[in-house]
Amino acid sequence: MLELRHISYQVEDDGQNKEILQDINLTLDNRFIAFTGPNGGGKSTLAKVIAGIVTPTGGQILLDGEEITHLSITERARRGISYAFQQPVRFKGITVKTLLDLAAQRRLSVKAACGYLSEVGLCAADYINREVNDSLSGGELKRIEIATVLARGTRFTLFDEPEAGIDLWSFQNLIRVFEKLHEEIQGTILIISHQERILNIADEIVVLADGRIRQHGPKDEILPGLLYGRNCPEGCCGGKQ
Amino acid sequence: MAEKKTFQTLKIDPLQRQLLEQVAELHEVPEGAFSLRVNGQSAMVASSEHITIVPKTDKPGIDIYIAPGTKHESMHIPVVLSQTGLKDLVYNDFHIGEDCDVVIVAGCGIHNCGDQSTAHDGVHTFYVGKNARVKYVERHYGAADDKGEVEMNPVTIVHLEEGACLEMDTTQIRGVDRTVRETRGDLAANATFIVKEKLMTDRQQYAETRFNVDLNGVGSSTDVVSRSVARDASVQLFQAAINGNTACSGHSACDAIIMDHAQVRAIPELTANHVDASLIHEAAIGKIAGEQLIKLMTLGLTEEEAEAQIINGFLK
Repeated sequence: MLELRHISYQVEDDGQNKEILQDINLTLDNRFIAFTGPNGGGKSTLAKVIAGIVTPTGGQILLDGEEITHLSITERARRGISYAFQQPVRFKGITVKTLLDLAAQRRLSVKAACGYLSEVGLCAADYINREVNDSLSGGELKRIEIATVLARGTRFTLFDEPEAGIDLWSFQNLIRVFEKLHEEIQGTILIISHQERILNIADEIVVLADGRIRQHGPKDEILPGLLYGRNCPEGCCGGKQ
Repeated sequence: MAEKKTFQTLKIDPLQRQLLEQVAELHEVPEGAFSLRVNGQSAMVASSEHITIVPKTDKPGIDIYIAPGTKHESMHIPVVLSQTGLKDLVYNDFHIGEDCDVVIVAGCGIHNCGDQSTAHDGVHTFYVGKNARVKYVERHYGAADDKGEVEMNPVTIVHLEEGACLEMDTTQIRGVDRTVRETRGDLAANATFIVKEKLMTDRQQYAETRFNVDLNGVGSSTDVVSRSVARDASVQLFQAAINGNTACSGHSACDAIIMDHAQVRAIPELTANHVDASLIHEAAIGKIAGEQLIKLMTLGLTEEEAEAQIINGFLK
């Protein structure tokens, strides 16, 4: 269970204080939780706050009751937080196999490494010794990123727009990956997404806009409103829906 | 029958053995053609059926003759120095017959135990016959117990006849305080010259690399790729000149990671003297990307472990 208490994040922009996140309070312990909302609303920043990449200017973060607010990225990773980047990083000279070994924190057998790649729809033999460099397409890189997170198999996993750039691979496969991961880790999977088909598997949806939680509740309550615009924030669309 | 020589009978001490392991991965005298130079003297020379090694009489060094058509043979010519204050200069000439396919492993290891500078300057000249293929592996390693500097200045000159191909893998990862590495090549028609250089400098070290390749024959090509890491206050200079004198193709790339207070200069030089010469140079110098470190830290590595992984991969 991950708790966010009064999380805020301010940055100085042109001499003015800009609030990227404002007083976020959330308890995340469901199977699948989706963060959605407009671009620039604070979703990715909040994910980075959870992973330790961004240090909040206020508030506390607790993982299974332990305060982790001041722990480094490494320490949080070791306590069981995984993060699949929206835009995965490339590494000259580091092979897919090495990256999977690092993720699993042990030397995987070729069979085990191939297993993770097959799960994300990559023909393992073609990829295992490839370098994670510019020769990979954005879609390939994104699937390898997901495979590294699968290899970690931690109790709290964040996916930042996992569907973006996934070429020639269906949503259905991606959803199957999430479901299988959940079966294995029995923890929480948090997915940032704009896609109805992804939101549809969530138990719980959090809508973030302008750095605040606009809506939060079970999928069945939140999703219809998002799809048909009934829950448009006040003032949006000039108040006419 | 002569008794088989071993490192023990050759009186190779443990320090020198360690250097041989570092630069040539040799734990014992290998099968086949072999030349070992220790502290400025030839310690052993062994020819094989197709590879003949003849010590030079006019200057230090050896001539190596590889018979035409020799396939899938390898030879080792390591050099080790463990005596402080020694300046060793050696000339090795390789005469490689037509249609050969061979691997040549050279390497120089210096362990400087004293406070005087120890240096090895090796001049290697390759005459590669028609359609021959050569893989040339060169590793340089240095270590010092005291203030004595380790210096290595390798010169590699490659003459490639028609259709010949030489691939040179050169690595200097540790412990060389000062190095000027000069590599020159001239290529006849359809010849190929490939260079892969890996270099790392730290502390106050200085490394200079100069490549000069003349593409003289129609259809000749070269690919010169250098990857380097400059740490601490070390200084690196990379210069690659490719001269396209006919219909040919040339590519050079310098890719450097800069850290701490290091300095890296990359000087590309392309000269096309023919309308069908196709020449490309790429150079990139930059620090380790923050997002690379962050990604590996989200996998549970510390910042130092992440940095080491990135550098190891880059120089692999």
